[in-house]
Amino acid sequence: MFVAKSIAADHKDLIHDVSYDFHGRRMATCSSDQSVKVWDKGDDGEWHCTASWKTHSGSVWRVTWAHPEFGQVLASCSFDRTAAVWEEIVGESNDKQRGQSHWIKRTTLVDSRTSVTDVKFAPKHMGLMLTTCSADGVVRIYEAPDVMNLSQWSLQHEISCKLSCSCISWNPSSSRAHPPMIAVGSDDSNVTYSGKVQIYEYNENTRKYAKAETLMTVTDPVHDIAFAPNLGRSFHVLAIATKDVRIFKLIPMRRESANSSGPTKFEVQVMAQFDSHNSQVWRVSWNITSTLLASSGDDGCVRLWKANYMDNWKCTGILRGDGSPVNGSGHAAALSAVGVPAAAQMVVGAASAGRKKAQLMPG
Amino acid sequence: MEEVDVEPSTTLIPSAGFHRKHLGFEWGPGDLLVYETNYKLQGPRSAGSPFVHIVRRDEDICSPILRKLFNESHLIFVGLQKIKEDIPSKNKKSQFVSISKNYRSVIRACMEELQQNAVSTQNGSLASQYGDQVSILLAIELIWNLCEVLFIDTAPAGSLLLHLLDWVRLHKSDVDARAREVLQSDSPAQHQSYWDVVISLVLQGRTDEARQVLSKQASLREESSSVFKSMDGLLQTMPIFNPTGTQTLTEFEVKWRHWHEECDRCLQENTFASNRHLETICKILVGDEDTLLEQKELLSTWYHFLVTRLLFTHPTIKPPDLHYYAQSSMNMFLGPRASPEPLDIILLSAFEFDLHQVIKDCSIALNNWWFVAHLTDLLDHCKLLQSHNLHFGSNLREFLVLEYASGLFTHHSLWQLAVDYFDHCPEFGRVYLELQIERVPLDTERKAIKVLRICEDRQMSEQVRSICKIMAKRALRNNRLGSALSWSIRAKDAAFATLISERFLQDYSNKGSFTDLDLLDNLGPAMLLSDRLTFLGKYREFHRLYGEKRFSEAARLLLSLMTAKIAPRSLWMTLLTDALPLLEQKEVIFSVDQTYELMSCLEELNSGTKDSNLTDQDEDIESTKTELLRLALARNLTMAIVKEGTIET
Repeated sequence: MFVAKSIAADHKDLIHDVSYDFHGRRMATCSSDQSVKVWDKGDDGEWHCTASWKTHSGSVWRVTWAHPEFGQVLASCSFDRTAAVWEEIVGESNDKQRGQSHWIKRTTLVDSRTSVTDVKFAPKHMGLMLTTCSADGVVRIYEAPDVMNLSQWSLQHEISCKLSCSCISWNPSSSRAHPPMIAVGSDDSNVTYSGKVQIYEYNENTRKYAKAETLMTVTDPVHDIAFAPNLGRSFHVLAIATKDVRIFKLIPMRRESANSSGPTKFEVQVMAQFDSHNSQVWRVSWNITSTLLASSGDDGCVRLWKANYMDNWKCTGILRGDGSPVNGSGHAAALSAVGVPAAAQMVVGAASAGRKKAQLMPG
Repeated sequence: MEEVDVEPSTTLIPSAGFHRKHLGFEWGPGDLLVYETNYKLQGPRSAGSPFVHIVRRDEDICSPILRKLFNESHLIFVGLQKIKEDIPSKNKKSQFVSISKNYRSVIRACMEELQQNAVSTQNGSLASQYGDQVSILLAIELIWNLCEVLFIDTAPAGSLLLHLLDWVRLHKSDVDARAREVLQSDSPAQHQSYWDVVISLVLQGRTDEARQVLSKQASLREESSSVFKSMDGLLQTMPIFNPTGTQTLTEFEVKWRHWHEECDRCLQENTFASNRHLETICKILVGDEDTLLEQKELLSTWYHFLVTRLLFTHPTIKPPDLHYYAQSSMNMFLGPRASPEPLDIILLSAFEFDLHQVIKDCSIALNNWWFVAHLTDLLDHCKLLQSHNLHFGSNLREFLVLEYASGLFTHHSLWQLAVDYFDHCPEFGRVYLELQIERVPLDTERKAIKVLRICEDRQMSEQVRSICKIMAKRALRNNRLGSALSWSIRAKDAAFATLISERFLQDYSNKGSFTDLDLLDNLGPAMLLSDRLTFLGKYREFHRLYGEKRFSEAARLLLSLMTAKIAPRSLWMTLLTDALPLLEQKEVIFSVDQTYELMSCLEELNSGTKDSNLTDQDEDIESTKTELLRLALARNLTMAIVKEGTIET
């Protein structure tokens, strides 16, 4: 792997989250400097900042895009106990010429009593629904019933998790075979409630979310959680960032016909567990086809994990800071040096003399 | 079998990690965004490293020359999938061999172009990059060719060695160049490479050419001509197996043994003692291992050594016996200290007929799935993966093809090739395609339509709907109502179509005219998608009829809009007001019955609850309108009664 490009993000403080839009043509960054910036990829492949504005009165922890079916919509959540929804307004022609666009706040969600730690849109087949979780232990699900009017949101569900929540993940599957499902992770160090991952399922009859499963084997604080894209499987795959990286397989058990109410029961298996970070793992995320999982840990590394066709998981790559400080001019010193990609590591016969000994690099 | 435990490579991110903070990341299409952050939300705040880095895998996709490789191999792949199952296996084999050769010729063409570019470019790093790619392709073609010989062509004993000789000759082409150089020189026999050339030719079993070069020597030295004649004789009489001939393998073997004994006798009798070069050649002919090993530099690879060794010791080698010689040849050639490179291990696995190992090791050593995906697919078609008792045989093929195709999808034009690959993955192809095709950026209408057509052809209705909705929403944001409407219709999105129709009507009441007349006039059956849309279309039709002065048709349409309840109540006043000019024509347009109906509509409208939001002024206007209408309707009624009551004479 190589660093193809470095974009000077121009935030005045730490960046906490970066989010690509659905098509990978736009990017949003949020920071402790309380602002969000939106970047657009031009036809020339270069990224230009098209909007930058103050969003909250505290550090902004996460930013996320809604599905483009709902237009150009962003949500952000912050230490200031609020989450907000932003919509891009098609600007005046001179704005377009300057390459700037405007985002206006459509709503502020103020129900949380503590810092809002995560904000996610639900899968699009559920409509325009926004979910937040907070340190106050409550997961809130909001809906905008009229997708043309984004200033009207109603709080549809409040799920009390009893533990301080750090992350949420919706099951992206739109299959009718199972109801909407959301996983909640907690970074609470409380030992009374030992299972730090809870899975809630929507019940068509009661019209409420009910707890379907608690992963009791996850007893350490959980910092991130991610369902894998479904790919037509009958079971669900959930990755968890805790003191290590863990991947769970949740197999829905067949309901007995008499007991058709109540949440689904799952058989829970551990598909893989990696402790290579040797420290707290803070983030996990799947790529689009769920063939690669990336994790970031206290060791300052990002690791990539891949399963082969026999479902054996291995680490296939590591990213690490080179430990060099940003130099005065503000440009990454090593930009030119890492610009050229390393060729594949296979060498032919006598020509190998002097070249790097073949590194076995999994594709 | 045990997987080789491979250390993953580490990529360094510049200007990060100075304060030992964390690395944040986000998956993107074909890349990873990485930035410095601190997940422990407390702690010292600092400016940190204000960069977002884009990290990519070493993708050969970026190379325009390799793109040709991808394009052409795609054609071959699709052709291969279409080969019918019911062709007899003999014909199939020749088809597979020719497909394999096609793939290889595509690789060679690509290599040549890269080579040319490497030579002609001024940029040093680019030249070395091209050079790297050339050597990778060389290795790939080498492996592929060997797999073709051993697995696809499955040559039996006798032919096997001939094919292996071809293989070696193809990949050791410098011999020809040197031979040419020697022959074209003023005095070939004095050329410093003369004997090297002769020996190289002999090592490759090219006896006729060796004799030709030798003859240059013979013509000079009269006194030793007999020695050269003897050598010439040996070379000439060396038996070469002819697979199409009538000679059986056994007969060939007998003949060959006689010849071998003849060569040995020459050695014993010191026939060539006077010329050490000829002596060396004779030892080679006899297959003396030590002599062969002395030619290391000319052989340059252990597999050349292997084939040469077999040529002069076991020309009738059978496929199952190959691996023993391969392993020992490699050990002998490389010596005790050198350890084999990945390429060597892959070739050895091929000689051992261990397909699985070949594929696995290639997957590990290369960072692009192109090679393993296409080769495995071909081998799967030859039914080779199953026969090797891999219960995941076809899954392996699908796994590799899916990996390759997914990589293609991130490219702005190659993604279209990927579609065909997914089509031929029966288990997961469709769902992979559904997931990834949604993410193709819809930069232009043309591109969106291209993506749509692919989805429509495969009945991916949800993706069709989603793409159309995205385009409709985008058009609406930019106030292009016509475009938004046609996308909503294509999405079969009734709700959105209603919304856009409302906007059209709003526009009409603000501006007094319709936009996008072409679209509205040609809606056709699509009009039925939503009630509001139907109304919009019919309303526009009313205006058109009026413009064409087809008043009675227009009148009928207008009335039906109200009576058939197509028009929303809120617009009835507008419609009735539209009726006014028709009522005030000199000619009677509305019949008596029609007039009664209009009147009842008007009364129905007035009997409804008043809109409390209307100001006094608005209420005044409304009541004035109503009065005007009542008057006009009454007048029309009288005229209509008279008209209908009059007998035409």
